[in-house]
Amino acid sequence: MLLNQFLLLGAVLFCIGVYGVLARKNGVLVLMSIELILNSVNINLVAFGMMGGDAAAITGQVFALFVITVAAAEVGVGLAIVLLIYRNRTTVDLDEVDLMKG
Amino acid sequence: MTAALLFAQVEKVATPKLDWAATAPLLILCGAALLLLLISSLTTSRPARGTYAVITVLASAFAIGTAGVLWARVTDAERGAFTTAAGALTVDGFSVFFIVVISLGIALSALLADDYLRRENLDGPELYVLMLLSGAGGIVMAMANDLIVVFLGLETLSIALYVMAGFNRRRAESRESAMKYFVLGAFSSAFLLYGIAFIYGATGSTNLGDIAGFLNANTLEHTGLLLGGFALLLVGFGFKASAVPFHVWTPDVYQGAPTPVTAFMASASKAAAFAALLRVFVSTFAEYRLDWQPLIWGIAVLTLVVGSVLAIVQTDVKRMMAYSSISHAGFILVGVQAATAQGVSAALFYVLSYTFMIVGTFGVATLVSGKGDEHHGLEAYRGLSRRRPGLALTFTVFLLAQAGVPLTSGFLAKFYVIGAAVDAHSYALALIAMLSSVVSAFLYLRIVVAMYMTDEEGAEPGPRVRVPLGAGVALGLAVAFTVVVGILPQQVVHWADRAIPVVLASGR
Amino acid sequence: MLSAVWLIPALPLLGALLLLVFGRKLGEPWSGVLATLMVAGSFVAGVVTFLGLLDRPAEERQFLFHVFDWLPVGGFNVDIGFLVDPLSMTMVLFVTGVGALIHLYSIGYMHGDRGYPRFFLYLNLFAFSMLMLVLGDNLLVTFLGWEGVGACSYFLISFWFEKMPNAVAGKKAFVTNRIGDWGYMLGMFLTFTTLGSITYFAKDGSGFLQHASGLTGVTATAIALLLFVGAAGKSAQLPLYVWLPDAMAGPTPVSALIHAATMVTSGVYLMVRVSPVLAQSYHWAPQVIAWIGAITALFAATVAVSQRDIKKVLAYSTVSQLGYMFLAVGSGAYVAAIFHMVTHAFFKALLFLGSGSVIHGMHDEQDMRFMGALRKLMPITASTFIVGWLAIAGVPPFAGFWSKDEILLSAWGNNKALWAIGLVTALLTAYYMSRQVFMVFFGEPRWDQAHHVAGEAEQSAAAVDDERTDVAHGVAVDEHPAPTPHESPWTMWVPLVVLAVLAVLGGGLNLPFNHDVSFLANWLEPVVHATEVVPDVATATKVGLAVVAIIAALAGIALAAAVYLKQRVRAVEPELLLHAYHYDDALAAFFGGPGEALAEGTAMADKLVIDGAVNGAGTLVRAGGSRLRVVQTGYVRNYALGIAGGAVLALGWFLVRAGL
Repeated sequence: MLLNQFLLLGAVLFCIGVYGVLARKNGVLVLMSIELILNSVNINLVAFGMMGGDAAAITGQVFALFVITVAAAEVGVGLAIVLLIYRNRTTVDLDEVDLMKG
Repeated sequence: MTAALLFAQVEKVATPKLDWAATAPLLILCGAALLLLLISSLTTSRPARGTYAVITVLASAFAIGTAGVLWARVTDAERGAFTTAAGALTVDGFSVFFIVVISLGIALSALLADDYLRRENLDGPELYVLMLLSGAGGIVMAMANDLIVVFLGLETLSIALYVMAGFNRRRAESRESAMKYFVLGAFSSAFLLYGIAFIYGATGSTNLGDIAGFLNANTLEHTGLLLGGFALLLVGFGFKASAVPFHVWTPDVYQGAPTPVTAFMASASKAAAFAALLRVFVSTFAEYRLDWQPLIWGIAVLTLVVGSVLAIVQTDVKRMMAYSSISHAGFILVGVQAATAQGVSAALFYVLSYTFMIVGTFGVATLVSGKGDEHHGLEAYRGLSRRRPGLALTFTVFLLAQAGVPLTSGFLAKFYVIGAAVDAHSYALALIAMLSSVVSAFLYLRIVVAMYMTDEEGAEPGPRVRVPLGAGVALGLAVAFTVVVGILPQQVVHWADRAIPVVLASGR
Repeated sequence: MLSAVWLIPALPLLGALLLLVFGRKLGEPWSGVLATLMVAGSFVAGVVTFLGLLDRPAEERQFLFHVFDWLPVGGFNVDIGFLVDPLSMTMVLFVTGVGALIHLYSIGYMHGDRGYPRFFLYLNLFAFSMLMLVLGDNLLVTFLGWEGVGACSYFLISFWFEKMPNAVAGKKAFVTNRIGDWGYMLGMFLTFTTLGSITYFAKDGSGFLQHASGLTGVTATAIALLLFVGAAGKSAQLPLYVWLPDAMAGPTPVSALIHAATMVTSGVYLMVRVSPVLAQSYHWAPQVIAWIGAITALFAATVAVSQRDIKKVLAYSTVSQLGYMFLAVGSGAYVAAIFHMVTHAFFKALLFLGSGSVIHGMHDEQDMRFMGALRKLMPITASTFIVGWLAIAGVPPFAGFWSKDEILLSAWGNNKALWAIGLVTALLTAYYMSRQVFMVFFGEPRWDQAHHVAGEAEQSAAAVDDERTDVAHGVAVDEHPAPTPHESPWTMWVPLVVLAVLAVLGGGLNLPFNHDVSFLANWLEPVVHATEVVPDVATATKVGLAVVAIIAALAGIALAAAVYLKQRVRAVEPELLLHAYHYDDALAAFFGGPGEALAEGTAMADKLVIDGAVNGAGTLVRAGGSRLRVVQTGYVRNYALGIAGGAVLALGWFLVRAGL
């Protein structure tokens, strides 16, 4: 069925995103990986919406729009924070940010 | 014809009816945030000291006042709970309770922030604006009757918090905590979102009332999608509530963030997380409680144990309190796990008592840390009773309350959650909760002993501690609540009993 | 008259509040006087209430005084209320009475201390908490007092904060008591879930003790044993007793008030209070209590034999005597337990205050090896201390004899082995107390030897955490090489005399001769009649047992005299010496060899095993914490991995649930 293919695509994107967050040291790439996860959710939402009736479909699509908006806001703040770190340490390597531990 | 069709469709689009009175607390907080921005951009001269803080506190007070009016309305037997904004927000005792808790968190943290910002040369309206908006997000989370709205509230709460965590941008720790909080926060809310998508897929709706109705009416052939959604939702809520194993960010972020912001995170943000957890799991997914209860049980045990055990080995008081706040989350989860009305009301009582305790605790930490926000080690507290007997006594009250000593609200809070667990036959969990309180008693005692030990010969005296007016008021309120409710808890218990969340379908 | 009951706890509370506000202004001695007057007033209120209760016929001697609704629990309210009945009034009278005397004593003892008003603030707060504990009409109010006395004890032990050992001892007391509290809390929750109430007695008959007979054996056993865990923590029974000997680091009046007369007996009070539940439990549950009591009694007595610190002997002796009380409770002899509690409060407070007077007079020397012959220099202290000694040793007609005899009688009725342990303990008690008296008040004056062995003294002082270590030896060694002991001021010896009189006459409270003179038994009859086990023993046996007990006591004293007074004996009556010498050789061989080894062995075991267990638990937690810390690496990506791992686990759980 068509739905399963969309869901599979979503799941694959999700996993790539999670892998990116776990494996990448570069702050900007981590941000991009998070975007990838959010987009996988959007694919899921639209796909699920397609399955249900009209009202349900609208919910899914509207939700996807909300997610895109929120993701934009989030990335704005995220880049600002990465920039702040970069300005002080001239690096965006997340592994070098480890003052506090234990 | 196309025009006619368009016209007809336009007519059909009905703007949702908004109950202005019901959303007044939200509007007041957001309005105050805009007002602060307006004042700072329109006036050229600096306003009088403390103007921003006073406006923030007043706005919270107004929000609490309107919440009081709402309370009378929703607890009225004839009118009861209702939804507004096309079934997106629920107005019930539960929402009102959290409006009050979160507004209190804002007001108390703002009082602490006032002097802090001047001390650190950061004075300006920005932190208050963020605090108000973040709090409004938390309230949206507590009122949400739709998973989309839960997500929006969570993001509003979080995005503002990311900025607040890095507010003291001259401190490396503050920058680091913003970075960590942001990466992990975005990561976990992506999980939450994925979970919401699953639940939407399984039930065909995001409206909590409709979901509950659907789950009650239908027996799902395959529950995999729904339960997978549960798991991912738990990740998102567990992260905000700092439940183990999603707590990893808590110590670092609490330690690095400016102390008044930490107070806000520990109070308002955690309260919002529990509000969403309670409404979504205990009320909406009540039908599937046998599936999620054991998992919450496990998380609660881990949270209790890891929180108290790791707190003991810390030497930085702020970090110690971060771990202790994790173990408090474990106690609240004990109430959540019971999944009974008694459990919910115990959790609510705990959240309210905990708000005052933890804001007070971080309030004292704000004052003791001194300029630069750096004296957080145990040695900064050594001999505090000599330098500032009043402050030491205040801190002692908060610590004893956190340890759960009788005649403080902390004792009753623990008493009620454990009582609820016993009542729900979760004996093992009750036992573990008690044991963890025994373990953590030791940790609070360590600080008390340090404060009342006199300076040793030759040791340099700790930093001078100033108690400014705003922080003094906040600490006074927190102590008063902790002690008075510890002795006369009736009214608060009564409120908590009537604040059980209601799940209403979007139709009404 | 009965309504005066609220004054009993209110007066010490008022005193504490006044001292909190005006303490510094009042200063010395007025803050002490205020505190003493408050507790004395509380005693008067207690007497008034007592008379009011006495006025009623025996079966109506129960009065409930409601103060206010406290907190709602599952549909009904737990109130703050007082239960006035013969049991609680007995406790109130001796708590306030002995308490007032100890307050008075402290006025002199604490003279010149920096924290003088603060000390009395804590003392009054303690009296308040203790009275809430005994007067509370439900388990939660009792628990409130229970925690309150624990906290005050902690504050008072740590009174001299500057000194690390005190703070550590205070901490140990706090933590062990928390373990006990844990048992108490569990017992309380279990009571609530099974019986739906935690109120002892209610006017409408809903109190849990009023329908305890409906309990199943297993629940009753669980409740009784959980509450016993609490009681064992508070009343220093095996294995939770470790804090009590350490608690002697506090000022001596605190040791007398809290760690001998009142707080440590609250566990016994609790068990007597819930005796209806105990009566419903399996028959082995009381036996467990009796055996733990008996073993504690014997164990502590053997340890006391080898102690050198004057207060440590008394501390172990207290643990031992509390063991007797639990032996009585376990044997169903509740009256005997309360009786011994009262007489013990008299003579043990007397002994502690006497030792305080000695320490005061000796300029803070606590090692008995550096005392001796003090009876001539401190006549009042010596004579009152001797009264206390005879009372605790069980010499008739002093108070201890009568109460100990009743406990031994009930033990005989319960199990002969328990009786034998009790008897051996009685002998040891007589022995170590005599040893103490002989070492302190008789023999050669050895207090001028202190500076010869200053190094050793310091070592032993460090080992016993004695109070004001540094000050004491600073004074003893540098300024006054050989201080002359002196008698204490009147505020200190008057309480001694009063307590001595009580220790002599206390036995009259409950004479075994016939029903009419068993005053305490008759008085407590309405409370315990349903549960009291009366040993079925013939009169001849009773007399026989009493004679055996007297012989044991005298034998203990004789042994001690032989060991510790032998030179004196030789000087006066050489004829007798010969006899005594062989006898003494054997004894000395035993008590110096295997006996002492045994005693020191138990003391060692105490240090290693029990202390080790308490510290070990702490170490374990810390070690676990240190291990877990490693997980918190500080790297964001590791944290993200943790969250992802958690998500996978949660998903795994739900997928298993979903059957995938």
